[in-house]
Formats: sequence, structure tokens, C-alpha cells
Amino acid sequence: MRPPLIFGALVLLAASFAGGQTGKAGTPLIADLSDDLVAITTGFEGSDLLLFGTTEGEGDVIVVVRGAATDLVVRRKARVAGIWINRDEVRFTDVPNFYHVASSAPIEELLAIDLLRDEQIGIEQLVLQPTTELEDDDAIAYRAALVRNQQRRALYYSKVETVSFVGGRLFRTKVSFPANVQTGPYMAEVYLVQEGAIVSKAVTPLQVRKLGFEAEMFSFAQNQSALYGLIAIVVALMAGWLAGFVFRKI
Amino acid sequence: MNIYLPIAEMSVDVFLLLGMGAGVGFLSGLFGVGGGFLMTPLLIFIGVPPAVAVGTEANQIVASSVSGVLAHMRRGNVDFKMGAILTAGGFVGSGAGVWLFTVLRDLGLVDLLITLSYVVFLGIIGLLMLFESVRSMLRNRRTGGSGRKLHQHNWLHGLPFKTRFRRSRLYISALLPLGIGFFVGVLAAIMGVGGGFIMVPAMIYVLGMPTAVVVGTSLFQIIFVTANVTFLQSVTNQTVDLVLALLLLTGAVIGAQLGTKAGAKLHGEQLRGLLALMVLGVCAKLGVDLVKTPEDIYSIGEDF
Repeated sequence: MRPPLIFGALVLLAASFAGGQTGKAGTPLIADLSDDLVAITTGFEGSDLLLFGTTEGEGDVIVVVRGAATDLVVRRKARVAGIWINRDEVRFTDVPNFYHVASSAPIEELLAIDLLRDEQIGIEQLVLQPTTELEDDDAIAYRAALVRNQQRRALYYSKVETVSFVGGRLFRTKVSFPANVQTGPYMAEVYLVQEGAIVSKAVTPLQVRKLGFEAEMFSFAQNQSALYGLIAIVVALMAGWLAGFVFRKI
Repeated sequence: MNIYLPIAEMSVDVFLLLGMGAGVGFLSGLFGVGGGFLMTPLLIFIGVPPAVAVGTEANQIVASSVSGVLAHMRRGNVDFKMGAILTAGGFVGSGAGVWLFTVLRDLGLVDLLITLSYVVFLGIIGLLMLFESVRSMLRNRRTGGSGRKLHQHNWLHGLPFKTRFRRSRLYISALLPLGIGFFVGVLAAIMGVGGGFIMVPAMIYVLGMPTAVVVGTSLFQIIFVTANVTFLQSVTNQTVDLVLALLLLTGAVIGAQLGTKAGAKLHGEQLRGLLALMVLGVCAKLGVDLVKTPEDIYSIGEDF
């Protein structure tokens, strides 16, 4: 399914390039995604989107894709009577549940640290706010643990993805969503950087959503949980009876 | 071929799930146990959230117990009166278990609760079974059979509410099966098992029921208790994945038939010895995980 998608995206890319050239001469940056929906269906194993666009004039491009802000609990185990038990926990608010960065050059070389921090570009600059006051050591350890765990689950990037330029003005990059990606609204922010300053910024929203059977099962289990439970029991009773019946005949 | 499980929210290979179902089904057919105590840890090993593993496995056990109990009913090996009283205790017990599960889930201690229950109960049962089967193997070698009494009389027989159980040929206090039902109900809810591996020895050694009706009656009450767990887990925690349950079930049904055929070729004591070793193996694996220093002592908990 991927080759046709990329092919389609390239066609789109060419079209938007043409459009950018003729129609929107005043816009320094145009960007779009190959799809604005990541659909979680029965065969979902993760998904790659193509982010592409065109810039006016020279410059570098940084792409930041962020998931919805959620609350997270980070727990620390300690040994109690020889057994490892979750002992302490710290709650963080407004943590993006997905964080991806791509750039055409190392981000620290493109922008000063203050600017990166203002825009929260790069994991080091990401604001992760614990709800309780922490000692310095703990604050650093818990923050690092949050990032490390999210990276292990491929929800945060481990390495900045490259943004590659084609012919000087056309750029493209890949955004990979793992199979365990969470549903909700996402935001792709594209920055055009020239000589240490952000010249232009384009924002493209996208959605990650369960679709079809997956969506119906999930919302059924959530919203009519009693009925779901009863149906699960009836299905199991019938399956068991059927199995007993079939194997008695054999 | 991967499938996205709607409640577990993960992508898993269909054939892995069918294979796990078949493997555990084979062993459960071979040994005459439900297999929940193997399947739930296996599901957790492959990355299914523990809460979903427990809730879903309860649902799967409903199905496998139904197909098992039908065969026992045809042979008249179910004591319905005893089953009803065990079920009554089991309903209250599983309700308490789901409540405890939910409270500990909010505290981030549910994984620990599940693992600890497994280590403790599998350890005890495994050792008892191993001991028992080795002893009877040695005894069979020396003499022909055993002259053990059906059951001993002790303080348990002095409890009030004496009831007659015709099918089991017993006259004992109704509080006994009620208590056992309650206890196993709590475990069913917490561990995602039917509890047969505790119920069966308890029926034989504590209640003194004849062996012929033990398995059928145990399966009979397991249906109701695991159905109750399925319902309560669906309502309180939304952790029953019907797609996962059906996939495991499909494999398990086929595996169980093959296992039953293979089991007919082995001796009772050998079977129990093997089962004991397997139980102890799972117990050891989980025990080591509890004690061994984890790769990352920090973890993320969501939704709470």
C-alpha cells in the first residue's frame, strides 16, 4: 500500500510546487501532508506519512509533529523486601503523547537555544511540567525517564529525521507513526529558517483515529460497557457450545 | 498477518495468537486444567496490558469451560447443588476481586498483585502436586494400590448449616463450599484464571468429594464465576478484548482436542508430575522477574 501512497504524494508534491510557483508568490513556505488522517483499522501496523512543501528562497526547514497534550504518571520502582515495587510517582501535565522532529541540518546549528526553547523544538527543549515540587536530582531523573520510556515506545523520536531538499526549494520528509500511536488531534509545524531566524511557520493539523470495526468495538466497550460485557459472555457461551458440538461429531 | 486488537490497542500477529491458543489448549486438554494460569502470563509476556490479559482470559475461560462441562454433564459427573453453592460464593468473591483489582490499578500496583498471586499460588500448588505425584509413583512401585480413607473428619465437619449433597455422597456444612467458592472467586478476578487448579484440590482434600464429580462440578461453577468476572471487568475497567478472546479460543479448542487424545496415552501420576513441573516453571519465571533488577526502574502509567 505504501508505494502508491508515495507516488500519489509525489504527484501532489509536484502540483503544489507548481501552485506555489504561480499562484502564491508572496508565501515563503507551503507545506502539506500526504494524508491528514492516520486511520487505525484492523490491519494497522503503524503508518508513514510524507510531509512535503516548498520554500521561497534559500533556507533550512525544521518539522515538528506533536500529539495531543495528556497527563502522564511516571513511576519509580524500589526494592522492598527483595521485590521490585512501584514506590514513588510523579504526575506530569500537558505532555505531548507524540513528538517527532525532522530537520535539514542539526537544529542547534540553525537556531539559538532561546528560540528553540520558545518554540519547543527538540526533546531537550520540550517543556515537561511535573505537578509537584521536586528536588533537582529527582526532577532530572523523572524527566529523563519520561522521555526514555516514550522513546522506547517509539512515540518520541530517538534521532532527528532528515528533511531532504529536491532542487533547492522542494522539501520532503517522512513521519512514522508506530502501531501503538494514540488517537487524537496532531499538529505538524513547519519552520523556515534563514540565518538563525524563523522566517515563516506553517501549521498543518492531522488526526489519528480508529476507523470502522476497531472504532465501533472500542466505543461500544467504552460507552455501553454492561451490554458489551453481556455480549462477550453470550459469544463465549455460544463458541464453547459450538466447539463441544463440533468435536463430538468428529 | 497482523491484527490490531481494539481494546488492548496493539498490533499482534494472528498466527502467534492462534498458536498460543493451540499450545495452551493442548496442555489443558492433556492435563485436564483450564490453562488460564498459563495463558494470562503468556499474554503479559507478549505485551498485552496485564489488566486486558486478565479480563480477556476470563472471557475465554467461559467458552472453554462450556465445551468441557457439556461432556461431563452427559456422563452425569456434575453435582449441581454443590456447583450452585460454590457459584454463590464465587460471585461474591469475584466481585470483591474486581473491586480490589480496580483499587490497585489506580495505585499502579496491579501488575505486582497479579505477579505475586501467581508466584504464591502456583508455587504452593506446584509443590503439593509434585510431592503427591512422586509419592504415589513410589508407592505404586512398592505395592499395588493405596488404602487411604476417602476423607478425614476434623473441625471443618463441626460447622453449622449441614447440607446433604446427594451426587457427591456428602453431608457437610454449606459454609465450606461457600468459603472455597469465595476464595477462588477472588483469585479468578485477580489472576484471570478459572481457578480449577485450586478448586479441584480443595474439593478433593477439603470437601472430600469423589474424584469423578470434581472436574465436572469445578468446570460448572467456573463458567458462572468467569462470566461474572467478564461482566464486571467490562463494566469497571473496560478491559475485555473480544477479538483477542475469540482468536485465543479458536486455537484453544483445536489444541484441547489433540491434548485430550495425547493425555489418554499417559499415566495419571506422570501427568500430574509433568503438570507440577510446568506450574513450577511458570512460577519460577515470574518469581525471578519480581526479584531481578528491572531494565528501567521508571515506567509510565496512563489514563489514571
